[in-house]
Amino acid sequence: MNRALDLIATLGAATLAWLVGVGHATGFFFRLCGQSLLALRRPRLIVEQVFFIGNYSLSIIMVSGLFVGFVLGLQGYYTLDRYGSSEALGMLVALSLVRELGPVITALLFAGRAGTSLTAGIGLMKAGEQLAAMEMMAVDPMARVLAPRFVAALICMPLLAALFSAVGIIGGWLVGVQMVGIDAGAFWSQMQGGVDIWSDIGNGVIKSIVFGFICGFLALYIGFEAKPTPEGVSRATTRTVVVSSLAVLGSDFLLTALMYGRI
Amino acid sequence: MRQHAGTAPVATPTFPSDRPPYVTVESLSFGYGDRMILSDLDLVFRRGDVVALMGGSGSGKTTILRLISAQLKPTTGRVHVDGQDVHALDRQGLYALRKRMGMLFQFGALFTDMSVFDNVAFALREHSDLSDAMIRDLVLMKLDAVGLRGASKLMPSEVSGGMARRVALARATALDPPLLMYDEPFAGLDPISLGTVAHLIRRLNDALGATTILVTHDVAETFAIVDYAYMIGKGRLIAGGTPAELRASTDPQVHQFLHGERDGPVPFHYPGPSIAEDLAG
Repeated sequence: MNRALDLIATLGAATLAWLVGVGHATGFFFRLCGQSLLALRRPRLIVEQVFFIGNYSLSIIMVSGLFVGFVLGLQGYYTLDRYGSSEALGMLVALSLVRELGPVITALLFAGRAGTSLTAGIGLMKAGEQLAAMEMMAVDPMARVLAPRFVAALICMPLLAALFSAVGIIGGWLVGVQMVGIDAGAFWSQMQGGVDIWSDIGNGVIKSIVFGFICGFLALYIGFEAKPTPEGVSRATTRTVVVSSLAVLGSDFLLTALMYGRI
Repeated sequence: MRQHAGTAPVATPTFPSDRPPYVTVESLSFGYGDRMILSDLDLVFRRGDVVALMGGSGSGKTTILRLISAQLKPTTGRVHVDGQDVHALDRQGLYALRKRMGMLFQFGALFTDMSVFDNVAFALREHSDLSDAMIRDLVLMKLDAVGLRGASKLMPSEVSGGMARRVALARATALDPPLLMYDEPFAGLDPISLGTVAHLIRRLNDALGATTILVTHDVAETFAIVDYAYMIGKGRLIAGGTPAELRASTDPQVHQFLHGERDGPVPFHYPGPSIAEDLAG
């Protein structure tokens, strides 16, 4: 009997702690969104962060995009060639990239490159009492530090995803047209005919904006809530990658079901 | 240094009464869960005074500063700054009050992505409409006062710990606040810097007509510049008085602290079994 009561008490305490955490995160999210609108009045701060987040992620995004394009070109060709429709390779590569792989892989890479950097940066500022010093100077760290980074993440994610897809398509073209010898006209015309600007590219852009929201928010929240110790910052950085990656993959399924599915 | 009305260094000190209070701490208690850090403290910091909060490590001195600046909320009690109950203020009111506070953090807390110049200019840029040229002049004057005008272009990672503290001192005084709080301003300073910074704290206070609260362990340098000092031990007020009064105190805790004695009412060792018991396994 006592053991059952203990179990119920433990479950209750865990549920309460979880609810408190969710409430705290929700409050943080709404405050961050409000401050992000106000941050638009100080574009210089946002530009600095766009440079930091976007520019430094550019190389990893482009190199990854190129290799993903190569692999898509090869795998797509092997499969399509079995059915005699290798000319559709351009459409397959483009649809795979703009609908799914571009936004998703960009978000995963973003979480690993820029997300960890954001979390560690905020966590170290907290550990070094820089956020407390800012508060003491009557400057809200949410407005001055977090909001510009959040807006920058929202701006950068669709741009990086677009670049990823563009470079990936070039990778597919290099393999399909230059290496394998598919007709260039067929490659591009199939792509042009098969990719719709709204339902394919538009939905891909929406996905990447949602992923920007998710990755930016999680990286900043986890950094802001990190224990102000070296171990705490290190744990927070790892947590950002794990939580952001799972959140991106989970929300991608939901978004895909909403956008293209009939469920 | 100004003299106070006579105050005996007793367990419940009376307070000097010749100036109006700027900061008052009433029945202040603070703890984390069941662990109490501060218990039932009453302190007064008068306008124009430099007042030290002294005591051993872990006695709760820094916590008092954080409570005065409303970075922490007390378990019980109240803190008034310039007549305002700091813990009853909303965010806007608190920020308005904090614009009139300057705080030097224990480890400087410089913004690591900004140069020394930008660190000192930060509050001026955020809270004033001064031109860049005016801000530049003000910042260089602040840095000159701490002897670091030549280091204005360096990044915090390029300056020593002592220099970083001096930059933080310049930053804390950037807005010429009427309340200045320093958390261990002398730690890590070489003897030349220590003397200079100590006298700078006094001069700044007198020039601004400010109130200064100084958390420190450094008895000699502190007693050379303060008007009054409180001694805190285990979260309680042990004594308060002018430096001369505290030096003359026969209270064993005050005597042990001021003379740095190993044996006394404050144990050097953290409570535990004897070394013989520990070594015997």
